[in-house]
Amino acid sequence: MDTHMDGLALLLQGEGAALNLSRRGTLGAMAAGGLLLALGIPTRPARAQEGPAVMAHATKVAAYLAIRPDGSITLQNPFAEGGQGIHTAIAQIVAEELDADLARFAVEVAPPGPDYLLLMGGNARFTGGSSSVRSSYAHFRKLGATARAMLVQAAATAWQVPPTQVTTEPGRLLHAASGRSAGYGDFAAAAAALTPPADAVLKDRAQFRLIGKPEKRLDVQDKSTGRAQYAIDIKVEGMLHAAVVHAPRAGAEPGAVTNEAALRAMPGVVSVHRLPGAVAVVADSFFRARKAVEAAEVQWTALSGTVLPENFSSASLLETFRAAADQPGNPARDALGDAPAALRAAARVVTADYDAPYLAHAQLEPPSSIARFNADGTLDVWTPNQAPELFQGVAARTAEIPPERVRIHSPLLGGFFGRHFVYGPANPMPQAVLLAKATQRPVKVIWTREEEFGRDAYRPLSFARLRAGLDAQGRITGLHASCVGEGPIGKHFGAAALGDPPVDGSVVEGVAFKPYAIPARRIDHVVVPQPVNIGFWRSVGHSMNDFFYESFLDEIAHATSRDPLALRRELLARSPRHLALLDAVVSLSGGWRPAAFMAEDGTRRARGVAMASPFGSEVATIAEVSVADGEVRVHDVWVAIDPGSIVNPAIVEAQVRSAAAIGLSSALYEEVVFEGGQPQQRNFDTYRILPPDRMPRVQVRIVESGAPMGGIGEPGTPGVPPAVANAVFTLTGTRLRRMPFANTRLSAS
Amino acid sequence: MFEIMVNGTARRVDVEADTPLLWVLRDTLGMTGTKYGCGVAQCGACTVLIDGQATRSCQVPVESVGTAQVTTIEAIGADPVGGRVVAAWVKNEVPQCGYCQSGQVMAATALLKATPSPSAEDIASAMTNLCRCGTYNAIAAALADAQSAG
Ligand code: FES
Ligand code: FES
Repeated sequence: MDTHMDGLALLLQGEGAALNLSRRGTLGAMAAGGLLLALGIPTRPARAQEGPAVMAHATKVAAYLAIRPDGSITLQNPFAEGGQGIHTAIAQIVAEELDADLARFAVEVAPPGPDYLLLMGGNARFTGGSSSVRSSYAHFRKLGATARAMLVQAAATAWQVPPTQVTTEPGRLLHAASGRSAGYGDFAAAAAALTPPADAVLKDRAQFRLIGKPEKRLDVQDKSTGRAQYAIDIKVEGMLHAAVVHAPRAGAEPGAVTNEAALRAMPGVVSVHRLPGAVAVVADSFFRARKAVEAAEVQWTALSGTVLPENFSSASLLETFRAAADQPGNPARDALGDAPAALRAAARVVTADYDAPYLAHAQLEPPSSIARFNADGTLDVWTPNQAPELFQGVAARTAEIPPERVRIHSPLLGGFFGRHFVYGPANPMPQAVLLAKATQRPVKVIWTREEEFGRDAYRPLSFARLRAGLDAQGRITGLHASCVGEGPIGKHFGAAALGDPPVDGSVVEGVAFKPYAIPARRIDHVVVPQPVNIGFWRSVGHSMNDFFYESFLDEIAHATSRDPLALRRELLARSPRHLALLDAVVSLSGGWRPAAFMAEDGTRRARGVAMASPFGSEVATIAEVSVADGEVRVHDVWVAIDPGSIVNPAIVEAQVRSAAAIGLSSALYEEVVFEGGQPQQRNFDTYRILPPDRMPRVQVRIVESGAPMGGIGEPGTPGVPPAVANAVFTLTGTRLRRMPFANTRLSAS
Repeated sequence: MFEIMVNGTARRVDVEADTPLLWVLRDTLGMTGTKYGCGVAQCGACTVLIDGQATRSCQVPVESVGTAQVTTIEAIGADPVGGRVVAAWVKNEVPQCGYCQSGQVMAATALLKATPSPSAEDIASAMTNLCRCGTYNAIAAALADAQSAG
């Protein structure tokens, strides 16, 4: 089938092995700890639900829009803004149909509430899986059109003319025959009193004034002048500050704090607390709290929850994965024919092992949260999050009050990348609630960078063995791959979310669900549980798996003396969409260079190509590299992306550049190593991310094929690591099979 | 008690001598435009100008500031070069999440104040702040704009 089965996207859209989305089980299910349960989804798989477009809330204008007398408009966005431009993109869709001036919009993340559940058949919401625009495009067009119809009706009533004679121009109502006109603000109150019509008519695409245009983002001024406010910047009246230190290994609990009296005597310190897996100091400023908590002498004792054993290391787990690679696994849903038999019958078999490390999200804003209990028994929580209802449930459970008494405030996120789900102990919000409860004061908890890197929900360590059977002519007759390990869907959503037989899409996507015409294929998930807390990291399984697959494809090309681009064209001969994309990226790059060449600046360079099919979009990537001082230098990256259709080309380009940068960063540098049960990289001195002087020029071509709308935030990432690795092979003859590449010293020849 | 000059105004702050300027600005003075990202002079999110020099304020104990002039992002518009940098940032729509951008704007302002037409090497050695959103191409374009507007 043609459908993409990306892990999170699958859950979002109810594709394939989708789930019964009854609201049953929301309350109380949190206690079971499953993210899936917390989202209100029962643990048994059931038949597919309706498609991604949820229209049940599309006429609830009052829940989403407030137009003030001065004509300014506040939009409640169900989705969180973390740099991906979603506040602008959603406002742009609404402004198109509302016929409003985009610059007059102020956008906030909507509070928890049933009117904002736009995913999973109208039963859930979160921001993730590159799904926001594509899941809500139809909803927000309808919403804007409905609001416009209400304004038109209000003006027509006041002017005593038929509504068909009232027209609009951005932000204004007009009656041409009488020459009357008014701003939207003048009729906002009257319009709000009307019942929203069910039959508001949408614009014809040809009339679009905003959609498809590079409209300016709404937040650049504030974000260029320090005025944008993130969770870490928020201050509430009477607030205290808290700093924490977590147990050196996950699972240890604090016993005695032996110097507690001395800590309490330190300047500004209010109190010392033992929390699950951590010790906290509350003080009148963060620096004082931090200084005290770092001086704490803690006897870490009892073990509970997820425990990282003293002898746990990522290196030994990788060997466990490797040893399991030939064990039988459950095949991904795109299995075709009998791949193992094809391999047995092959003239030749090519096999290679690939692996990728644990990664931190490394969003630049360290986590923080504020909790404030109010006199009326309610609780306000300010917390970076991509799932307000989920956080509301956790806060309520922690505070032991009903969820409806919890208000969740969702500020701008200082970086997204999948960091802001709850992920169990990977979040300071429950600590803020516990400390506010204990001190009877509002408390803000900030995690230092060191605590963040020590308790993130990491991208999982990954290993894959790929095996291809070739016939006497070098044609691929079968592909059998084994992806070993555990993914965040299985870890947080439970085995029941994985279908039958259970396959974690976040483990196989990018090795499975590739578009190439290979007559027999089987991509196995070989389950090996691992004790580290893991999470969704930009482009999830694709972030390593497309590296594995697309590099391996080049290995096959080399083994059969074929050009890597020609091999891809051959395998995609019957897919015009992919061929067009390859043509687009080749032309964007100024033509394919099959061999190493000398650049004008005297460096020896080569190019590599890779494709990916993440989150409903199609992507082709070419990278140009040289080698200096034993390391890869990437000079240019060209990305052609086909998301079907788009809303804002400027935002798309910016997202693709950003996604390419993080993909390159992961390919070259990033790695969290566990030794002795502890993550070794605790700040940016040891956890390297892409610095400015290693940023290539990234050029983007958007291809709107008209296919169903795909995602934008993540798809630019997965093509970059393999394009770079393939270029390195052409340049040096060294095949990079492990990320990060900086661990392999290269020679330039 | 220390007295420091922040954006042209003398501010008295009652903090310990080793308190980083970053936290004096953010917690004591409530100026949160300057960001905390790492605390160990690795990321540049906390960049301010101290007597015109781009400085990572997380590594500056308040006692070491003395009579130096501290300029933060909150006062960037008051500086002609800073205003040009901000305008170039807005025109090029540099920010994504935006969290690093106060520091980026301060670093760019310090560079262009000292070196109105910087070479590629000048830029490479001055613009070292990390951006996890990878806005580096846009930063480079904005920096070029801010120069030519000067
Ligand atoms: S917070 Fe100062 S350099 Fe990162
Ligand atoms: S814009 Fe997000 S870290 Fe730079």
